[in-house]
Parts: sequence; C-alpha cells; structure tokens
Amino acid sequence: MTEPLAGYNFAYLDEQTKRMIRRALLKAVAIPGYQVPFGSREMPLPYGWGTGGIQVTASIIGRPDVLKVIDQGADDTTNAISIRRFFARTAGVATTERTRDATIVQTRHRIPETPLAAGQIIVYQVPIPEPLRWLEPRETETRVMHALSEYGGMYVNFYEDIAIHGRIATTYDYPVLVNDRYMMRPSPIPKFDNPKMDMNPALQLFGAGREKRIYAVPPYTKVKSLDFEDHPFTVESWNEACAICDAGDSFLDEVITDDQGTRMFVCSDTEYCRDRVAAKAAE
Amino acid sequence: MSALPLLAEDELPPLLSARDVTVTYGNRVGCRDVSFDLWPGEVLGIVGESGSGKTSLLGALSARLAPASGQVLYRLRDGTTEDVYALSEPMRRLLLRTDWGVVHQNPRDGLRLGVSAGANVGEKLMAIGARNYAAIRCQATEWLDKVEIPTDRIDDPPSSFSGGMQQRLQIARNLVTKPRLVFMDEPTGGLDVSVQARLLDLIRGLVADLGLAAVIVTHDLAVARLLAHRLMVMRGGVVVETGLTDQVLDDPQHPYTQLLVASILQV
Repeated sequence: MTEPLAGYNFAYLDEQTKRMIRRALLKAVAIPGYQVPFGSREMPLPYGWGTGGIQVTASIIGRPDVLKVIDQGADDTTNAISIRRFFARTAGVATTERTRDATIVQTRHRIPETPLAAGQIIVYQVPIPEPLRWLEPRETETRVMHALSEYGGMYVNFYEDIAIHGRIATTYDYPVLVNDRYMMRPSPIPKFDNPKMDMNPALQLFGAGREKRIYAVPPYTKVKSLDFEDHPFTVESWNEACAICDAGDSFLDEVITDDQGTRMFVCSDTEYCRDRVAAKAAE
Repeated sequence: MSALPLLAEDELPPLLSARDVTVTYGNRVGCRDVSFDLWPGEVLGIVGESGSGKTSLLGALSARLAPASGQVLYRLRDGTTEDVYALSEPMRRLLLRTDWGVVHQNPRDGLRLGVSAGANVGEKLMAIGARNYAAIRCQATEWLDKVEIPTDRIDDPPSSFSGGMQQRLQIARNLVTKPRLVFMDEPTGGLDVSVQARLLDLIRGLVADLGLAAVIVTHDLAVARLLAHRLMVMRGGVVVETGLTDQVLDDPQHPYTQLLVASILQV
C-alpha cells in the first residue's frame, strides 16, 4: 500500500458523489436487474473507456481492498493498466492480477475464468445498458415496457437469427432475465460468460457512465439467458485448445500472427493461461 | 341509432360503444359527440372528406388518442363491459395486442421494416408468450398463405414487398392473435385499382370467415360499399348521417351525403 496522491480526495471522487452513487447501488441491489439512474460525473478518461465502471469502483473501494482490472480478459492492456494505476495513485490501494486475491474486479468484456467467491465484487463497464433500445428508441416507452415485463419483442431478433442463420447468432451482450423479472444487458461479455452470472456467489455491479445508469445482480441470483424452447441457449465452442496452455475449457481469442494469415487460438484470460503454464512447469 | 335487425336477437350488449366521444386538439375539434354501437361480426364504415375527423375518431376508439370527453366502452372476453380509458395500462396494452388489431394507412407505420415478413407476423405471438420457434414459424407461414403472400417470401424483408403485399402482411400481422375487433384506417389508400380490388376481396373474405367486427375509415365510397354493413358519414367533426350502407348510398338524406354520392365518377 502506498500513500494516495496529494491534492485529491480518496479514490478521486468527492464524498458527496460517492454517497449518491452508493445510494443508487443499494437501490440496484434491492431490485436485481433494474436500471437505476445516477448523476454520472466527468472522469479523467473518455466515454466508452469505462467511466461507469470506474465511478462504481471509486464509490465502493476502501483502503484494505485489493483491485484487479481486466480488459477483454487481459490484465496487461492499456485500459486495464490505466485504470489499475489510477486507483493505485488516487486511493493507494493494492492491485493484483490474481482473481483469487482481489476483493474487487473491474472488467470490460469478460468474466474471469477463475470462479468468483463469496465476498468478492465484480464491476462491469457498460456501454449501452438498455436491452430494449434496438426495439424501441423512446426511453419513456422502454421504461413502461420494463414496468409491465413486455419482453416479447426481444425474441423477434432471435427469430430473425434462426430464420437466416439457422441458429441464434447473437454472441456477445446476450440478453438475460434476472431473477425472473427484469431484462438485462450483461455488457458486451461473450455469451460464453453468461452461465457464470447465474447463481454467482459474488456481487455483480454494472455501471454505464455515458448513459448514467447503474444496475446490479446480487449474489446467488438467477440469471437466465433468453432462448426458444426448440433452440436452447448454448455457448461457443472451439475445435482447438489454447496454443499456449492447451486449455480446452476457456474462452479463446483468435490471433493473427503474420501477413500470410497464420493464426493461433489463445486464452483471452491472461491470468488463467499464465497459471496453467506455471502449474505445468512445476510438475 | 338502432342495431342491425339481423343481430338484434342477440341479447348480448354491443362489442364496442362510443358515447359522446369528443376529440380536441387545443381549441380545434377533431370530432364532436360521436355515439354508436358495434356488434360482433359487424363492419362499420366511417366515410367523409379529408379533415372530417375520421382518423381522430378512430384514434379515440382504438385507445390511442384519449378523448376530451365521452366514453369508449368495450365488452371484454369475460363478458364484462369496461371503459377502455378506465382500464389499467397493462390491461389496455394487452387488449391492443390480443383482442384488437390496427391496420394503418401506411404499412410503414404498422410493420417492422427491418425484420423479415415471418418475424413481423410472429412478433405479436412472441409478445403474448409464444416461445417455440417451429410453432411460431408454422403459424406465420399459415397466415402468409391466408393473405396470399407466397410462403417462400417468409424470410424476405417487407421493404422488398410491393405496396399491396405490405398491406396484406400488415393484415396478417394483426389477425394472427385472432382478434375480435379490427380498426382499419384507409386500408386501400395508395394502392392501384386492381390491387385494391384484390385486397378488398381478401378483407371481405377474412372478416366473414373469422366473424370479425371492424371499424373501417375511408374516403372511398366504393370501399365502404363493398366492406361495410353500416355507414357513418362525417363532416367537420360531426356525424351527419348514419344507416345501412345501401340505404345511405342509394338514398342519401343529408345534403352533404348527397353531394358525396353525386361526386363519384360513373364509368
């Protein structure tokens, strides 16, 4: 632990703002999947880079917390490094790349392969929080649709996918029904990660900075991915295993390695991959 | 106004009743003090020139435009008659999705142009809880066939359809939930005469087969003659004449109706 940067409040945001965000978080946890409006602040990073997630993290983080930040599963991408360093400087908290050691995981586009435990909090960065937006552009109308659980229209997209592609072709940001009540966008995580949200022991918080919405899935809450009775929800699968750690059970990224189109499949979760390689070397 | 004699022995109250419905836009009047009853299986035509308040009245009847005064009463499937504007919002929306259909003048208002014809027909089914793809598709195919759209075009977007096909698709989309009452606003507007004739034939067939009640707004007296059992002639927001279609068109009483009937070109 280091001393926070002088001249800034702890974790950058002022206490009144944190209080307002915590209030929104409490409401969000009380109504799983419901989008709570909040007064999103300007943050020292552009919209689309995680302004929502960073505000949520700033409001819940304390001195004893250990923070992990991932971007597309990786701990070492620009966005992940910047946000981690931001909190190391403004809150003086310890940071880690190990999911098990972290108390808070802020993420963009993935849920770690290592299962989350009770007591941990995962914070998602959300670009568009409204699952009904493509269906209905009016915010007043989507709110009424949520209030009345009018979610039938969501299936039109799936119908269209099956008619054209023979299967549901939505692969990321796959809509879910939380606690049998609210339709929710899980942020652009691959549908591979959707089953991890169901009955997860960790608290899941979602922050959308530009859209000024916060929502949450409390621990051990039912999260169901939408599907048709005769076209059940399935996750992606690959014909290969990870080229580095040989994992056959993780989400793989396709990486093009030269101009001739040579490609390799590697784990998107860098920590998981590294751990497996280290475990193998130790044997 | 009295009921159709042939339906009068039916002791049930009317399906839809308007009681002094007045629609205003600020100080301007859309329609004033319109009252009528509509029985199951009956087709009511509302005719009049542009600006006579037809569409305002239709909006008020179909729970889309709250009237300034008056009541719109509807007999629900459970037999109780309710004021549609006194129903709770979920009930009213459910009614619009299941028991009623609205066919718009412009198919673009009534269709989802970005998705295929099949999805357009299936949308209402999915909205009321259908979650089996094969069953939804089967029903969509069936309905496309009923409205004479080739079933191999089920996966084509409506934007690739002709105006007449789009209009028929709109009808299929509305009838798939087996409504009891359909509101149509100029269903043949913007179509050429031969296509109009086919569409009219289709609507007449469907209304008769399914025993639908319908309220059809039109400025075209030929359409009214073919489809409607009963007519209401509107002018300047008020009803000037009502009666059986043939009676109104063959023996118009009100000077305006006489003018309207006289202005049809005889070919």
